[in-house]
Amino acid sequence: MQFNQYDPGDFYDELFLAPGQPRPEAASLIERINGLSTLELQQRQQAAQNALFKLGVTFNVYSDNQGTERILPFDIIPRTLSATEWNQLEIGLKQRIEALNLFLGDIYGEQKIVKDGIIPAELVESASGFLKPCIGLKPPRNIWCHITGTDLVRDRDGQWYVLEDNLRCPSGISYVLENRRVMKSTFPQVFNRVNILPVDDYPGQLLETLLHLAPPGLPEPTVVVLTPGMHNSAYFEHSFLAQQMGVELVEGRDLVVADGYLQMRTTRGLKRVDVIYRRIDDEFIDPLAFRPDSRLGIPGLMEVYRAGRLALANAPGTGIADDKVIYAYVPQMIRYYLGEDQLLPNVPTYLCWEPEQLQHVLQNLDKLVVKAAAESGGYGMLVGPHATPAERQEFSKRIQASPRNYIAQPTLCLSRVPTLFDDAAGSRFEGCHVDLRPYILYGKEIYINPGGLTRVALRRGSLVVNSSQGGGSKDTWVVAD
Amino acid sequence: MLSRVADSIYWLNRYVERAENIARFVDVNLNLLLDAPVVMTQQWKPLVMTTGDLALFESRYGEATADNVIHFLTFDEAYPNSILSCLRAARENARSVRETISSEMWEQVNTFYLMVKDASQAQPLAQLPSFFAEVKLASHLFVGVTEATMSHNEGWHFGRMGRLIERADKTARILDVKYFILLPAVNLVGTALDELQWIALLKSASGYEMYRKTERRISPTSVAKFLLLNREFPRSIQFCLLEAERSLCQITGATPGIWQNPAERTLGKLRAELDFTMIEEVIQAGLHEFLDHIQAQLNLVGKEVFETFLTLEPTAEAASHSASQSASHSASHSASLSQTTAAVPD
Repeated sequence: MQFNQYDPGDFYDELFLAPGQPRPEAASLIERINGLSTLELQQRQQAAQNALFKLGVTFNVYSDNQGTERILPFDIIPRTLSATEWNQLEIGLKQRIEALNLFLGDIYGEQKIVKDGIIPAELVESASGFLKPCIGLKPPRNIWCHITGTDLVRDRDGQWYVLEDNLRCPSGISYVLENRRVMKSTFPQVFNRVNILPVDDYPGQLLETLLHLAPPGLPEPTVVVLTPGMHNSAYFEHSFLAQQMGVELVEGRDLVVADGYLQMRTTRGLKRVDVIYRRIDDEFIDPLAFRPDSRLGIPGLMEVYRAGRLALANAPGTGIADDKVIYAYVPQMIRYYLGEDQLLPNVPTYLCWEPEQLQHVLQNLDKLVVKAAAESGGYGMLVGPHATPAERQEFSKRIQASPRNYIAQPTLCLSRVPTLFDDAAGSRFEGCHVDLRPYILYGKEIYINPGGLTRVALRRGSLVVNSSQGGGSKDTWVVAD
Repeated sequence: MLSRVADSIYWLNRYVERAENIARFVDVNLNLLLDAPVVMTQQWKPLVMTTGDLALFESRYGEATADNVIHFLTFDEAYPNSILSCLRAARENARSVRETISSEMWEQVNTFYLMVKDASQAQPLAQLPSFFAEVKLASHLFVGVTEATMSHNEGWHFGRMGRLIERADKTARILDVKYFILLPAVNLVGTALDELQWIALLKSASGYEMYRKTERRISPTSVAKFLLLNREFPRSIQFCLLEAERSLCQITGATPGIWQNPAERTLGKLRAELDFTMIEEVIQAGLHEFLDHIQAQLNLVGKEVFETFLTLEPTAEAASHSASQSASHSASHSASLSQTTAAVPD
């Protein structure tokens, strides 16, 4: 199927420099697709979807007690990145994670960054993810954010920006691994000819990251994955990662604090657990320390953690850095802790709690994207240029009622990737907006899985890539030069 | 292995086996009716009695007509032991241990469930016989896939034990129904119809052909002996006990005959009892009473397995936390997981 009809338009296109002119890292792929008939391409698309369904790469649909599972829509045209560009991203992400980790240790410790006047104390204390019970915690090896899934976007001019940090329980890595497995059988010739960096070492790297945290002196530490249970929308991923690492997948009711240790109930009695990869939000992890209404957590777990007899990944309290007001201070953190300039920029952010910036935001609501500081996943958002005057008015009231809870950013024009459409209007390629979520592990060193999850907005013209709002995914190829 | 995981594998297998046995009961009765004289009233009530849920059935449906009983036992979503409900529970249990069982096992349970669910929406009565055949086949496939793709480890033995305990219980029930419920029609004893019913009973346990090879003539005592004491036929109670005990010993590392926990003792005692029992003694003392005794002991084994391996109460503090768990567990006989709040950012 030919790309000769495909027009990248007035956007940054990840595969094409200009109509008919692929980027060097995408050239082999485009050549291969041009050599396939429309029918062959459709069949491969169908086969890929079927394979994902059979592999069970599904997410649960809430409010459906029939046990319905769906796959995230998958498009077989991958997104490519040159290794040179990837290396730049990698360096920028490492710098960012290092600074964020130091920030977390500081904010739950001496709070030097507050005392030195870089970040106002009231912003820290009012941040939704700031957990008072975590003050004074000393996580093993001073690592707080072991697993991060940073959301990146690229604007019309090709500049990358960090959109969100996601330091709590980022999901999606299972799609990266399974999408790749499917793509290898979709375009084996391209994989033969082009050097695409492999992603399969993620489970091994994750296990090493977790083992690195185990209390010292244990010959064989026990690592587990803690899931809220099979009704959680990301249950497949929890199960998949436990299986790939060869560790137990546990629920809160499998665990109990006994004799000062966290233990799991096995058929041969209680067995000590040393490291938990938690896929439960920190506020649910121990009803005695955090939310008393949590039925998912383990009473007394935090006491064991404080005593250094258990490691948690991620450490509790990391959610503070996901607050969008705190996010705006990452450039200052990098300068403060590392003495460096930020390599991978934030999206320019207006903080509504500052009166001058608030005025600017209110006067330019039709140009800006407004976000609630504590929300994620595309909720609590106003996309100014697409909103009605009434909606803008409504948001203006909300912002003025609690300026601390809102930030505003210019509307970016996300880059696009050609995507296969096959409907009543025929088969064709259309550009769709994408973002990128690389997965970063902070263990002995910082490891970043090459590429990451490319989420794609499959509704025409849409900028929202979230799966709840019609988003899908693509494989991401980092192509060696 | 995790207690919860062992429990889920155990119940996964019990539910698949239970669904298969219900299909057997219904299927055989359908066949039997085709041979029965037209004047005879349809015998559907004994089928419900087999399940032990007659009171529930009567309160919901009233009269035991063919349609009512078949719907109750196969597609009634509100009845926890219908074929559909069993498969749903089996699938839920499988889904909660997907990282432990093989993906082939998961696929087979999933396919099995979807097949039954589709049938429940179509349900033309004329196609029922083929449906019950499919249920039996799907269950056999699951057992075969489990045998061939899962390591024969602790979890596998828990699953096998669950399947065999369930099967022994169902064989006891079906034998009891024929002997206790159908026999009192004194004027029918020894008639052609009586023999047909005994053949139907054997067939519902896939035992007719194997029976002929060992016992030849059809007689109530011989059929009871075959289904109760035969050591080689895989659906006889004694065979199930012998193999369940073997799995239990594999799990604990015990030697048969030397018990270390209540589950080993009760199961070993029951197996030994059957080892040295003659069918004539049983008939003399009353088959119904003996089958009741076996079912009670099997229930006790199930309870003791649960208490020995699947619940652990390390401290008084933790006891209150998990007591409710085990209560909800044994009540629903499935991994009834509380609906969780979403805890994952999009």
